[in-house]
Formats: sequence, structure tokens, C-alpha cells
Amino acid sequence: MSGDAATPEDPQAVAGVPVPGTMAPGANGSALMEIEHLRVLFPLKQGLIIDRTIGHVHAVDDVSFTLHEGETLGIVGESGCGKTTLIRTLVRLIQPTAGVIRFRGNDITKASRRRLEPVRREMQMVFQDPQASLNPRKRVNQIIRTPLRLRGVAKNRTDAETQALLTKVGLQAEHTNRFPHEFSGGQRQRIGIARALAIDPKLILLDEPVSALDVSIQAQVINLLGELQDEFHLSYIFVAHDLSVVRHVSDRIAVMYLGKLMEVSPAEELYDKPIHPYTSALLSAIPIPDPAENRARERPLVVGEPPNPINPPSGCRFHTRCPRAKDICVQVEPQLTEYAGGHLAACHFPQNVTAEEIAAASRSEGSPLSAGSDAPSARLS
Amino acid sequence: MSAPAPLLEVDDMRVSFATEDGLVRAVDGVSFSVAPGEVVAIVGESGSGKSVTAMTLMGLTRGPNARIEGRATFAGTELLAASERELERIRGASMAMVFQDPMSSLNPVYRIGHQIVEQIRTHDSAVSKSQAMAQAVELMERVGIPRARERLRSYPHEFSGGMRQRVMIAMALSCSPKLLIADEPTTALDVTIQAQILEELRTLREQTGAGIILVTHDLAVVADIADRVVVMYSGRVVEQGTLDELFYDPLHPYTWGLLGSITRVDRDRSQRLPAIPGLPPSLLNTPKGCHFRPRCAHAFGKCIEDPPFSASVSDRPEHLDRCWLELEQKRKLRVVGDQIGLASPEPVIS
Repeated sequence: MSGDAATPEDPQAVAGVPVPGTMAPGANGSALMEIEHLRVLFPLKQGLIIDRTIGHVHAVDDVSFTLHEGETLGIVGESGCGKTTLIRTLVRLIQPTAGVIRFRGNDITKASRRRLEPVRREMQMVFQDPQASLNPRKRVNQIIRTPLRLRGVAKNRTDAETQALLTKVGLQAEHTNRFPHEFSGGQRQRIGIARALAIDPKLILLDEPVSALDVSIQAQVINLLGELQDEFHLSYIFVAHDLSVVRHVSDRIAVMYLGKLMEVSPAEELYDKPIHPYTSALLSAIPIPDPAENRARERPLVVGEPPNPINPPSGCRFHTRCPRAKDICVQVEPQLTEYAGGHLAACHFPQNVTAEEIAAASRSEGSPLSAGSDAPSARLS
Repeated sequence: MSAPAPLLEVDDMRVSFATEDGLVRAVDGVSFSVAPGEVVAIVGESGSGKSVTAMTLMGLTRGPNARIEGRATFAGTELLAASERELERIRGASMAMVFQDPMSSLNPVYRIGHQIVEQIRTHDSAVSKSQAMAQAVELMERVGIPRARERLRSYPHEFSGGMRQRVMIAMALSCSPKLLIADEPTTALDVTIQAQILEELRTLREQTGAGIILVTHDLAVVADIADRVVVMYSGRVVEQGTLDELFYDPLHPYTWGLLGSITRVDRDRSQRLPAIPGLPPSLLNTPKGCHFRPRCAHAFGKCIEDPPFSASVSDRPEHLDRCWLELEQKRKLRVVGDQIGLASPEPVIS
């Protein structure tokens, strides 16, 4: 685990971190993780002898949200939108440039490695490529033993625990002596999930956990994740580019585009009445596995490709591809506006909402700091 | 679709590879046809033989340890028996292929323009270099690459994944092929770009009347673009029919399982997806009789014998499936809850 090395530890920030497990005063009991104005910029360097920074890749640019206990938050977006960087930053595999990450009310943004250790025991990651995320030279029992020992499981209990975990994720106890290459892709992903579970976490961050798998195996793994969530009261952050998979597993969904949050909504509502034109564009691009519905559907195609995150468009980042874009979208970054039912969207010209709903909406605290002050209600006529 | 004379007719094609571990029967008796202007989708999971089928048609699986049997007739030529020289004339000209990974199928050290021009001039040496360049620009514009003239001088790494796939399609179109084989052309792409590429394929079919074989694992893509569907499992075709027949009256339990496994944005989120239990068999050691038997909840005694690939519905001679169940049984068993799926979590262990 590296990434911390880029920034020297800030001793004061470390001193300010309360002991994990004790809730900071004023923290909402149900909030597991709070992210405020999180930014991750990657510097672009040029020059052979003297490194000059010639620009930044805006991977995550002022993103705020709260994850509640027991909830599944889906994060969707096209490749390069910053969704993977975002969740890697949440476990501090990448050091944020600015912003605050709180886990159970404790600020872990700058916590030292030692301080992070107990926090990382509560959050685990499952990666996209199960082949690359398991050590090919270790047997399954060795892979799972390490987190078990970290959890304090006695040495003579680890074998039994490993076998119990393997059974839990749908593998057989006799698989414990095998190497990763002896398994299929779906089975390897199950090992990755067993490894994450071994430490008894509260939160699992899943980075495209099923996109490398065949459909029939995808369904098996999605079902497994649902069962485990019920049994161990887990919270998930589920990152994927496949909107139909995300809808199936999530309670709430965040849509990202070029490092910004475009829309955050309860899962069903996002598909029934998307407020942001980017969300509609994504939705209309997905083919539906039903020939008649496909023929009946009107599908406006979104044109072009996402712009370069080194030099993102001014104002609303989607304006270069948006069919509704007007002058204001080029000039002013839209605020994240909160509509009824906790449905957030960052758009000057929201769709699928009535004039009354727009008038009743308010600026969300999670609005980017650089966003303009005028609400969509200013454009009601 | 009993359309005009088929462009391609594949009859009982078999491909097996001798490996250290034994004989791998990658394709085990596949028959289908493609008419001009028709999109035929070959669907299946990894290892089902769908890509080997496509590559064998292009003559790309030939080798000392490969055994290829059967017939594949394309515009009067017997593809499987054709000499390398005959194949070279056809390949890239009247029959072209687009691969899944656009990065590894373009040469990284040559400019895009050079690679398109090379293909045009290989098949028609009468075309001058500047004429070929002009054609390349035209092709790139046709597949939606902006600023085509400038981008002729770009290298593949300067293109995004979607743009590279467009270059591959432009190259495939350069000699106006009668048949385009696309092997997972959109799998590596984002949904918005996937929609754009599928639109290009549709336009191509309408403008040139080319037949398209689309190899994919994504049933949603199939529903979007295909006219007919061939479902493969463990080297064999288990069901084939028109798009609507496959989606609305699927007759093979594996097809039910596939349809049940997909998450859909237009459907209620049920608690569990009716997944297919277990894993596909190894091609080194396929089960006796029906290959799907070990994973099938409806398997019974007779399934130990090979089921015939035949029509179950009397007025639909082209809708074929490979299953021993009676038609009425099939129509009853495939309903799980209120949708199509493969029932019962307990498969019969062989």
C-alpha cells in the first residue's frame, strides 16, 4: 500500500484524529463515511532534469457525499470520469489534494499509516481484475490467512475460519490448498471477496467487481454480494460502468463525469426521472435486452467523446456534448441542487422536474466551491 | 427470414486443437447461414467457441495442431478447403473482420493513414497512393472520425478506444466487403461510444447491403442490432432462430438461463437473479450427451444421449434447438416467477 509517500505526514493532523471507534461529537449516527469537497489532481510533469509541472489531470474535482450504514452507493460514469480514483482515495491508496474524508466521524484525510490501520480493517476493497489482485505464488489459504491473523484469529483457528469463509462465498473447503491460477475468473472474484471479508469489515469498496465475468457468473456474484450484505450488515460502494448492474445492487447512485458529480439519486428514481441530461444520455445509450422495447424506444445519441480531463471545459463540464446547453452553461458552473426526496443534480436546466419542484429546491451543501450562486429556479419564467 | 440466397453457408463445421492435455473440441458441429444485409449474432460465454467459429471462417485458426472439418461456402468459395492464396484474395476484400481489442489489432509503429492505404492497395494495385489516401479520408469520415485529413498522420496511441475501433471499421470497409465479421466490437468501449459504433454498423448494413456476423456475449447488444441469433454453448449451437423467437419463445434451457441472468434497467429489481448454477464444462472433457446437462435443472434420463438439433415448433422450421424436452414442457418450465429463467438452484450432478 503506497501513495502516502507523496505527502509528508502532518503531525498536527495526526494528533487531531480521535481514536477510531469513538464517535466524534455531532456526527450523524447513521453516516458511515462523509466526503467533503474532495479533490484529487495528478500533476503532469515535463522536463528531463528539472521537473516542471505543466498542468494537472482533474481526476476528482470537488466531490461531496455521505454514505450511510448498511447502504449500497453505486458510482457510475464513463472511463476516465474519476470513479476508480475516487474510491481508491477513500481508502487512502491515493492521497487527496484537498477536502475531507471522515469515517465514523473521524477525519482520516491525513491520518498516518499507523492511525489508518484500524480504519482500514473496517473497509476493504475488491478489485476489477481478480487475476491481477491475487498473488499468483500464494495458495488460497495463505491469501486469506493474512487478514485473519490481522483480525487476531488464533493460529489454530485460521484453517477452520478459512474453510468457513470459502464455503460462505460459494467455494469448496478443499479449494484451500490451490493457487489462484487453478480457478476460473468468477471463482477468483469469490476469493477476492473472501479475502475482503476475512478481516470482518463494515464497508467494502467494489471496483467493477463483475465486469470481467460472463453474464451467468455475473448473476452468481451479484447474488452472493446481496446475501453477504444481509448476513454481515455491510455497506458497499459499488463502482461500475454498467448501469443495469448498478441499478440492480444500489440503494443510491452517483453519476460522475470528468471528476464532478452530475447527479445523486435513489436508485429507481434515477432511471425513472433522470434530472441531468448526462444521465439521460447514459441511459439512452444502454441497449435493453428486449427487441420490442428497443424498437419502440427513442434514443437520442450523445455525440462525441468525453473531453480531456487535463483541460476540462469551463462552466458545466458536460456542455460540450449537451443537447440543452446554453450560454450560461459555458460560463457558470452549476451548483448541486437538492430536489425532493434527496435527489441531487448539477444542471442549470433540469429535466423531469416541475416548476414547483424547481422553486422548492435548495442548494446542496455538497455543491462544488467553484459553482455559481444562481439556482435553476432563477431561470423559471 | 427466408430471404435471398445466403451469402455464407456454414455446414457442420468442426474445429479441434491437439494440445498437451488432449484434444480440445472448440467447435463441435456448427451450422448457420448469413444472407446479404442480415445481422447474425453468435452469442455465448467465454469458451463457448464463438470466437473460434469467427476466426475459422477467416482462416485464422489453421495450424499444424488444428483439425478443421465441415463446409463453409462463401460466395461460391469453399472457405475451409481454400488455399492460403485464395484466402488472401478474399480476406480483407470481400470478407473483413473487426476484432475486440482495437489497440492490439493496429500496428503501433505505423500511422493510421498508412495502415488504411496499405489495405486498399494490397487488394487493388491499380489505385495510386494519393487516390488511396483520398479514399482513406473518405472512409474515416464515413465512420465518424472528425478532422479525418489531419488524423491520417496520427499513430494508433493518439486515438481513444472508440476512435481506434472506428479506424478498424474503416479498414474493414475499405474494400466494400460483402461480409463483415465483428468479434465483440464494442466490449472494450463505454456505453455512449458503444451506441455510436452500433449505429455505424447499422448504417453500413443499410448502405452497402453487407451481411454481418456479430460475435458477442451481450444479449442487450444482440437485441439492439441482430436479425437472427445463434446461441453457442461448449462448442455447439444449442439454439438458433430469429431475434424475436429467441427472446420471446426461447426453447433451450441455457437460453432461458442467459435471459434470466441479465440485469435490466427496465425491470423491477428482484431480490435474486435466477443465475445458472455451476461453470461451463472444460472443452477437454465435455459431458456425455447434452453438454448443458450438468448445469440444467430440468435434465432427465434421456439427456445422457445427444439431443438432435431440430425444430420444435412445427410452423417454424428455422427455429432450431438441441433439447430433449417436449415443447409444452419447455414453455411451462422456462417461467420462473413472472419472467423467463432457469429454475431450481439444485442442478443434477453428473
